[in-house]
Amino acid sequence: MAALEILTIPDERLKQESLAVERFDDELRSFIADLEETRQHGPAAVGIAAPQVGRFQRIVIVDVSNTRKPVPNHGYMVLVNPEITHWDGYEIGREGCLSVPDYTGNVIRATHIRLKAQNPDGETLEYEMEGFEARAVQHEIDHLDGMLFIDRVVSRRTDLFQRKVYQKGKGKKGKSN
Amino acid sequence: MTNWNMLTLVGEDRPGIVAGVTDALYRRQWNLGEASMIRLGGNFTIMMMVSGDGDLYAELKQVAVDMKLRIHVDPIVGMLHQHVAPNIQVRVAGADRAGIVAQVTGALAEAGFNILELESDVAGLRDKPVYIMNIQGYSEAPVESLRDAVAPLVAQGMDVDVSPIETMVG
Repeated sequence: MAALEILTIPDERLKQESLAVERFDDELRSFIADLEETRQHGPAAVGIAAPQVGRFQRIVIVDVSNTRKPVPNHGYMVLVNPEITHWDGYEIGREGCLSVPDYTGNVIRATHIRLKAQNPDGETLEYEMEGFEARAVQHEIDHLDGMLFIDRVVSRRTDLFQRKVYQKGKGKKGKSN
Repeated sequence: MTNWNMLTLVGEDRPGIVAGVTDALYRRQWNLGEASMIRLGGNFTIMMMVSGDGDLYAELKQVAVDMKLRIHVDPIVGMLHQHVAPNIQVRVAGADRAGIVAQVTGALAEAGFNILELESDVAGLRDKPVYIMNIQGYSEAPVESLRDAVAPLVAQGMDVDVSPIETMVG
């Protein structure tokens, strides 16, 4: 296993669309182990996508089981050929990225998603997830389509008004993502 | 060693201010750093890090006259790549009255909260103004102790919401 080099902006390759994985073999599983090592190697990242290390295949890893305040999660997930089949709600939250050093910004994401994917052996997976974990998965899948969170950043003023409406509508106080 | 200045420009809002100012700087080979540009009460305000050599007042004189802008320049130590990600967000809303900002930020400062960014607006209606403020900052102290710090203000009827910000890095 080895930590791989992470592509950072303005590397044009980050805009490249990734292709579906067709061969579920030892080489794939070995790459996934390296990808996970890369995720753990740098600053605390809850996810990583294969194109971030220059492999343009639809593979992401997400693990939000270790946040400061616990959030609903499915633990360590390897998602091959992931596809979001259902979105619901939206919320603004702050994001950063291994490929965008020293910058964070607010991004609108769906609060609930349903997801289909395959595991590293090619077996079908289905997940339903919310909040921080759903945000992480949406961020990583964006990488597979050549999108970065900086392509989706909204201003703090947008946050102010939309979050307020959301809170009042749901009658929840102090909710955060 | 880069020679940074904080350039402040203020004037009545009109189209073309940013383009006019930055074009003048670009033509004289000034380099821009981080900036905040926003419309406040019908005025357009710019605070911008610029680096280069020369007299900024002289070089911006023409655009300042054309756009009716006032200029101020301070030499600064420019520190790039040292961002602190906020971990706490504070939202405040209430009927506009004197002292809201002082009381909220005073309570937060005493609890060890450092403001990284503050935006406030006077919203509502002309005869019924509402003060809305959104603060992002960093605190080693837990969110609960900041909530305790602003609790007396909440008890007085002010709407102060303190929430953690968990930045998702992926």
